[in-house]
Amino acid sequence: MGMSIAHIMASCMGGIRTAGDLVAWMQMTRKMKINDAKAYVAGKLGIDVFDLTDEEVMRDIRKDLGIGTVTSIAGSPKGIRAKIKIAELLGIKIRSVELFKKQIGI
Amino acid sequence: MSKKILTRMGDGERLWMDAEEVMDDIQDGSEDAARRLGGKPLSQEEQEKLFEILAEPSRIVSVNPGEEVIVSDDGCTMSFYSGQDGGGTGTPLSRQQAVLTYERACGADTTSMGHSDYSYKPVKSIINFEANDYYNISQVTTAPFFYGAQPNMGLYFQPDGPCPNAAELMPLGKIDEARASQEEACEYLTDDLEFVGSRLADIGLEGLNFDTSGSAGDADFLAALKGVERLKAKYPDLPILMGGAGEFVLGMHGKITYNGRQVAGMYTPDQAKAVEKAGADIFGMAVNTVTTESVPWNLARAVTFLKATTEATNLPVHANVGMGVCGVPMMEQPPIDCVTRVSKSLVQLGKADGL
Repeated sequence: MGMSIAHIMASCMGGIRTAGDLVAWMQMTRKMKINDAKAYVAGKLGIDVFDLTDEEVMRDIRKDLGIGTVTSIAGSPKGIRAKIKIAELLGIKIRSVELFKKQIGI
Repeated sequence: MSKKILTRMGDGERLWMDAEEVMDDIQDGSEDAARRLGGKPLSQEEQEKLFEILAEPSRIVSVNPGEEVIVSDDGCTMSFYSGQDGGGTGTPLSRQQAVLTYERACGADTTSMGHSDYSYKPVKSIINFEANDYYNISQVTTAPFFYGAQPNMGLYFQPDGPCPNAAELMPLGKIDEARASQEEACEYLTDDLEFVGSRLADIGLEGLNFDTSGSAGDADFLAALKGVERLKAKYPDLPILMGGAGEFVLGMHGKITYNGRQVAGMYTPDQAKAVEKAGADIFGMAVNTVTTESVPWNLARAVTFLKATTEATNLPVHANVGMGVCGVPMMEQPPIDCVTRVSKSLVQLGKADGL
């Protein structure tokens, strides 16, 4: 476990603390190399690539867009509700979201 | 260059090396990889940058701001609640608690779950339990959530599986029989990869990981490639991460081909090309750590393989950086001084798209 955390501290984008999950979705769904994936996400968010890993910038963006924040905010989207918004934001299909939408008829 | 550098051997033993010795090991490790690849070793400038990372006196290091990459995982959440055999800490958490802790407390870019055995064959008989847990957890996760396991073709040989044991046939000189047994096992494995992947895909699977493909040799690697092909034909939108088992696919069969190429002997650039051809979305590159060589030697070797691999494929390449791969020492508790140096070097010099 310590090894995984060490890699996260040394090299990771930060997951839902910042924009790591968003960039990961682009690698998974569009086979994007890291720089292309970062540029794509930064473009969708309207920020510089350098700010993708800045908690001070991404915290407010994530809260405002309702795409999930690392601290739990009562009434703020997380989980599948946040992923619906992430899929819309990035223009991608997330398979769990597609199933959920099908189940509730949207 | 007379100062001593604190580093480790590939088995984790700490040692002080002269700066000249570190530079020599970097050169030798890189040349070893280049010789195998038929390519060039790291440039003098790259070797000096690697030296700087290794010689940095701080306990841990990190990539420069703005150069962060995606850190995916292969069942890291299992390390919370599993025991020693899984590198686990024995913390009493449910699977869902572990996944959410990894996502929210650790800030991981992706999360995952898998069966404790971490092989596809045993998942088949409990697929409904796995699908149920996956589905429930996927409703509450925000970061990409993978299901992962190893193809692990070894489980298809007697006494654990239905096929005659190829490893027992070969020493008897029964090479044709051993090959036939591996071909049969390859078919069973491909069917199981398709079965498990399909069942999970039907309940909204966000990403599938074929981890350590080729651990039982070229037929094992072929099964994973064919598994990717079949699943992509059925579910084109299913993201698949396919990772290798080492820098070199073992020729346990020897005559297996994929897309007209011999699979045995494929180094990481060719592995990546085959994975791309099969239709996977991310390639996981593994280079085994040599325990009798130093971390500088192993890391230089891994960076050289990675650089050639990222240049050879259009896919994003995630370097596998668990215990005993890509320069991480081969031990249960890899020391964070080496782990972070491996992390930084693979990203900044090897141009990894992820780890």
